[in-house]
Amino acid sequence: MNPFSSGTRLRDMIRAIRACKTAAEERAVVRKECAAIRASINEDDQDYRHRNLAKLMFIQILGYPTHFGQMECLKLIASAGFPEKRIGYLGLMLLLDERQEVLMLVTNSLKQDLNHSNQYIVGLALCALGNICSAEMARDLSPEVERLLQFRDPNIRKKAALCSIRIIKKVPDLAENFINCAASLLKEKHHGVLITGVQLCADLCKVSSEALEYFRKKCTEGLVRTLRDIVNSPYSPEYDISGITDPYLHIRLLKLLRILGQGDADASDRMTDILAQVATKTESNKNAGNAILYECVETIMSIEDDGGLRVLAINILGKFLSNRDNNIRYVALNMLMRATTLDAQAVQRHRATILDCVKDSDASIRKRALELLYLLVNENNVKPLIKELIEYLEVSDQEFKGDLTAKICSLVEKFSSEKIWYIDQMLKVLSEAGNFVKDEVWHALIFVISNASDLHGYTVRALYRAFLTSTEQETLVRVAVWCIGEYGDMLVNNVGMLDIEDPITVTECDAVDAVEVAIKRHTSDLTTKAMALIALLKLSSRFPSSSERIKGIIVQNKGNLVLELQQRSIEFNRILQKHQKIRSALVERMPVLDEATFSGRRAGSLPTAISTSSGAPSNLPNGIAKPATAPIPDLLDLSSDDVPAPSSSGGDFPQDLLGVDLSPTLAPSGAGKPPKASTDVLLDLLSIGTYLPVQTGSSASDILSSSQDDKALASLSSLSANATSPVNAAPMMDLLDGHGPGPQKPKENGQAYQSLVAYESSSLRVMFNFSKQPGSPQTTLIQATFTNLSSNVYNDFLFQAAVPKFLQLHLDPASSNTLPASGDGSITQNLKVTNSQHGKKLLVMRVRIAYKTNNKDVLEERQINNFPQNL
Amino acid sequence: MIHFVLLISRQGKVRLTKWYSPYSQKERTKVIRELGGVILNRGPKLCNFVDWRGFKVVYKRYASLYFCMCIDQDDNELEVLEIIHHFVEILDRYFGSVCELDLIFNFHKAYYILDELLLAGELQESSKKTVARLIAAQDSLVETAKEQASSISNIIAQATK
Repeated sequence: MNPFSSGTRLRDMIRAIRACKTAAEERAVVRKECAAIRASINEDDQDYRHRNLAKLMFIQILGYPTHFGQMECLKLIASAGFPEKRIGYLGLMLLLDERQEVLMLVTNSLKQDLNHSNQYIVGLALCALGNICSAEMARDLSPEVERLLQFRDPNIRKKAALCSIRIIKKVPDLAENFINCAASLLKEKHHGVLITGVQLCADLCKVSSEALEYFRKKCTEGLVRTLRDIVNSPYSPEYDISGITDPYLHIRLLKLLRILGQGDADASDRMTDILAQVATKTESNKNAGNAILYECVETIMSIEDDGGLRVLAINILGKFLSNRDNNIRYVALNMLMRATTLDAQAVQRHRATILDCVKDSDASIRKRALELLYLLVNENNVKPLIKELIEYLEVSDQEFKGDLTAKICSLVEKFSSEKIWYIDQMLKVLSEAGNFVKDEVWHALIFVISNASDLHGYTVRALYRAFLTSTEQETLVRVAVWCIGEYGDMLVNNVGMLDIEDPITVTECDAVDAVEVAIKRHTSDLTTKAMALIALLKLSSRFPSSSERIKGIIVQNKGNLVLELQQRSIEFNRILQKHQKIRSALVERMPVLDEATFSGRRAGSLPTAISTSSGAPSNLPNGIAKPATAPIPDLLDLSSDDVPAPSSSGGDFPQDLLGVDLSPTLAPSGAGKPPKASTDVLLDLLSIGTYLPVQTGSSASDILSSSQDDKALASLSSLSANATSPVNAAPMMDLLDGHGPGPQKPKENGQAYQSLVAYESSSLRVMFNFSKQPGSPQTTLIQATFTNLSSNVYNDFLFQAAVPKFLQLHLDPASSNTLPASGDGSITQNLKVTNSQHGKKLLVMRVRIAYKTNNKDVLEERQINNFPQNL
Repeated sequence: MIHFVLLISRQGKVRLTKWYSPYSQKERTKVIRELGGVILNRGPKLCNFVDWRGFKVVYKRYASLYFCMCIDQDDNELEVLEIIHHFVEILDRYFGSVCELDLIFNFHKAYYILDELLLAGELQESSKKTVARLIAAQDSLVETAKEQASSISNIIAQATK
């Protein structure tokens, strides 16, 4: 015997594990045991298989991997004895789930056991099948289970019934086979069979409308009778729970009746009497009774009824709601939520109680109550309710503030009849729980503020006041800083004073102080600091006298470790120093923001920024500014959330290209030609070193090999207009230096793609024509046309291409391998490129062209990065 | 439907898990950690229900053990509380005033009982007596098999002497 598998007993192993003082010790014991078990498994040790599996199960419960024991389960199941099968099936259910392939191997054993003469073995097999069977197994073994629904022993029938539920959930098509058997189970007297039979019928109704119709017609009467019998049954000790006979059966019958009565007045009518009886006669002082009442209320509210019963149901819920037991109050809130659609008025009566529940000490109840209250808010009661909720926000638990804030914000937005009320409430929320406010909420607030021109002064003053008292609320600081930047002059001069306002004296210095606090506060994150920096720039124009001080603050950030802030500080400093003329134009007040665009984007109807274009910085991270049409706000809109990352498409590019050299998709053209050049291509790709985006012709020359004719540059620079130039990084500088138009938005002109001179030298021109098959935007078909510009014929013409990993390239054979001289004919070749990152990354390709002319081998290559952006 | 049953000790140790919906081992560990954190930290007087990832988890504490069952949104929470109690009563009868140690050292027996009580995430039997009878019958089957095995090995041992 293997020395490792000396085998501690299960009990000893458990003791050893329990004796461990630390997690590391426990791991060591488990590792040792696992090693012993593996060794024993390898030896195919029959005697200890049973014990090994028991140990593995314990180890599995502790959360360690036990997959190596899966086959042992199958072996135990396949053995003849009951004890082995029992532990084997238990292990199967514990160590495997339906997604493991190994499970399929057990199908045959299961089939045999389902036909076994020992009913307990049949029971084991049914239990395993019901708990973990996959769709395939369900299909294979469904006939056996059907048969077992009529087995002589009721304990097998009930197991078969529940097993059938699993089968029809996995394979709904099989439902019709079970309808008749299920209906006959409803006539049984055995409670276990009845409970499972009723449950089976309920699940059949969910997957098959045919079953629903059948049961509705044939079984409603019978079920009502069964329920009546059980309600009126005398005391029976076996099923009694606190004075009620078998509440589980009650509940399942009520549930099935609900399904049958829903949407059918006739069936509903037949069950009203018994429902009324259950609703009025069930004792409500114990949990079991309440569970039945709860189910009964739900059934009453779901079936078709004229309202008499519903009054009864709502009254029960009212009683539940005032119960001292938290469980009962929880289910009451749960049920009232469903009742709001039926009888909102009746639920409104309990509004005060529900509001109290929102303030309960129990998180589960609070959550339910808040959701319910959310449904109850309407135009008439929104103001007092919001007032209450905001007041509660001040004292609520930290972990509840997130939910509460989200709900308040949503309600305020939904029912904002007056802008001033909306702004007031939002300011309160921001001051109380600004850190819990989601980005889109404060973005929306800025939109509203921007659109309420008569309230600008009021808002900025209110924000300034709130800012002074609660600087720790991040989003409040952001909104305040934005508004001070935009409307700083109104803050200082008390413009647009409303009657309700207290007068306030703010000097220019105070306003700058506030923004300085925001930028210097160490808890401010990048977004806030960036917004503060812009606000300062704007204030420098609004308050000429503070200009020098502002410049000082901006200069302090020139050495900031965050690149974004550093860059802006330097840019802004230059604006202040050198471009006084354009400064006031640059920092003009933002144009009124278009709410329609914003809400459209929030709804997700607009495509994401990345897919609209890769060049222009049009991904508006904070949704404040408008795209390309307004370059100046764009410029100042640096408060993006993803600022540190280089913008959308440019970022990953170098890696991708460098990734090329790891596994280039090398596709030699010309059938039969061996890819002899592959190593060279690899070297070439490696020689790219760092990737330089094609911005101007000169940078492209690095990429071109030295044998390249310089004339190519001329054509390249002409191409750079539509090249994938790194406008991402450049536009800020361009704009500041006062030349260069804003980045052009590429025109999305559907299917027509501009053809491209992919390559041109003194001797050769390569044209690419693009097309796409409808329905597969990732795939681009490229027809390459090669033209000989020299006076010599090219022989053995070979075109090769390589692409980075995210692309897939397919090259068709070329039309010929001889290219006549002086453009007197051409070679065409089709390429198919599939971009797995379509919309995120642009096409890029490295090509190499080899040919013989005058018995001399010529090799030309270059990288093509100027594919049209809309490909 | 009951998606899973968990027994967690007050120290956060897992004593029994039963999964009626497919969860990978990784997910299982995550679920246990998440729920353990939520449930063990709840005060004693609070309600027995926790909303969790669109499901409801019904839990009840018996001595040092928390019995948790995860159910669908539209299931009856109060009934599940009764089912938990039902399970505990059967365990109690089987082990004779059950304690945590019984469930640790005889975890497989606890599983056998659970398998007679629940199947495919649904209640199978509402009579404690029936469950006890079925478990006893199967236990005695195991006993007889053992006795037979030992007697056969005795016979063989004697024969080969």
